[in-house]
Order: sequence, then structure tokens, then C-alpha cells
Amino acid sequence: MANSTTEYTVRVQAEDFDVLAETEILTKGRKDVGAIVTFTGLCRDEGGTLEALELEHYPGMAEAQISKFAQQAVDRWPITGLTIIHRFGKIPPGENIVLVIATSPHRRAAFEAADFLMDFLKTQAPFWKKEHLKDASEGTWVEAKAADDADAARWIEEKAK
Amino acid sequence: MKIRYFAWLRERTGTSEETIELPENVKTTGELMSWLAARDEGYAFAFEQPETIRIAVDQEHVEEDHVLTGTEEVAFFPPMTGG
Repeated sequence: MANSTTEYTVRVQAEDFDVLAETEILTKGRKDVGAIVTFTGLCRDEGGTLEALELEHYPGMAEAQISKFAQQAVDRWPITGLTIIHRFGKIPPGENIVLVIATSPHRRAAFEAADFLMDFLKTQAPFWKKEHLKDASEGTWVEAKAADDADAARWIEEKAK
Repeated sequence: MKIRYFAWLRERTGTSEETIELPENVKTTGELMSWLAARDEGYAFAFEQPETIRIAVDQEHVEEDHVLTGTEEVAFFPPMTGG
């Protein structure tokens, strides 16, 4: 079922993105899309204490890693379109950080592909978050969570079954 | 060989990238970490817990037993927190 020749878009950029415009690119003129799953990750306010999140990335490797997982997603699920955008730089609360859009003839594949990609963006793509608080001069690096690693690992276990 | 540092490794070493001449007795990524840690206090602080540090060789994830022959770029960074 999976069509590994499906094209995908991967962008790592400082600029914001437009979810509706990006979604339209994947659906315009097509009649084979039955499901669109869009996931947008936003910078959360943390109770009003956060000034901004600073996202650092490894240029080149970030795009390559995301593309590797995008290819795995189109190999694994019957995806008709895939767009992944990850921002870097200083992002204030309320603004977009990351976008994953997966389209498919059926909902399950679109949900699962988007979920899979977010798990790997969190744990395998070279991005690091630093929290700048309103009342602190020096920011602190966000520590990786074991729960995120466990989320990513379940896709490998499931595949091995 | 180019060495790159990201996030708190960059802050602790005070360097985002540098070019080094690999000593003859340094064969693996793990040995490179030990050699870098011995340079000064900042590097020692950056590499004080080498087991928590992630390594990429020519932009591919590797472990600390990776042999450095033919390597152009090594990067050290903390566990990733993107998304």
C-alpha cells in the first residue's frame, strides 16, 4: 500500500509558517486525499514566566535527519503528501514552533505518520531549546525527557512485531 | 578535522567550532572526548559526563567507539529537545 515515491517537503527556517496555506498545497487539485492531519507545536507560556524559547539547531544535519524520517514515514504508510516545518531562533509564547501535515486516503495512516514524525523530531532531530524567563538574565536548557524517548521507541518495537 | 559544539557544550567550551589536528593516539570519538576534556576547565566541564553527550560524525549519529579514520566533521551535543 505504501507509496515510497510520495514527495515530501522539509523546511528549517526562522520565519513563521501559515498552516492553512501549507495545507492547501497538499490538497489543491487532488481527489485522492481523504484525510488531513495537521499538528502545530506552539511556544507555551509556562504560567506567564516565559519571555521566549530559543531554538538552536545543527544546520544541514537537521534537514537531513528530518528528511530521513519523512522518507521512513512515506515508506511505511500510504501517505499522499507530507510537509514538515521546524523553526529556529527566539520564539515568544503563542507563536508557532513546528508543523507536521500528513495527508492520506484514510485517517489512520495520516494520524500515525504525524505522530511518528513528532516523536522523532523531539528525540532525533538536532534541535535544542533554551528557556528565557522574564525574571532571569541567563536562560536554562530544556532537559530531554525519558518519556519522549519511550514514545519514539514504540515505533521501533511495533515495527519489529 | 572540524569539531562543532551545540547548546550547553558550546557555552561550556566557549566555542561553536574549531579545527584540530587529531593526535596519533586518539582513534575513536570516545578517546576524542577524553582528549578534549583534558584541555582546560571549560572543556573538562563540558565533557564531565561523557555518557550523556550525543555524537555525530559527518552529520550521522554515532557511538563513542566510532573510529575517526576519514572523518571530516565531529559534533558534540546534549540529548535533543526539538519539536
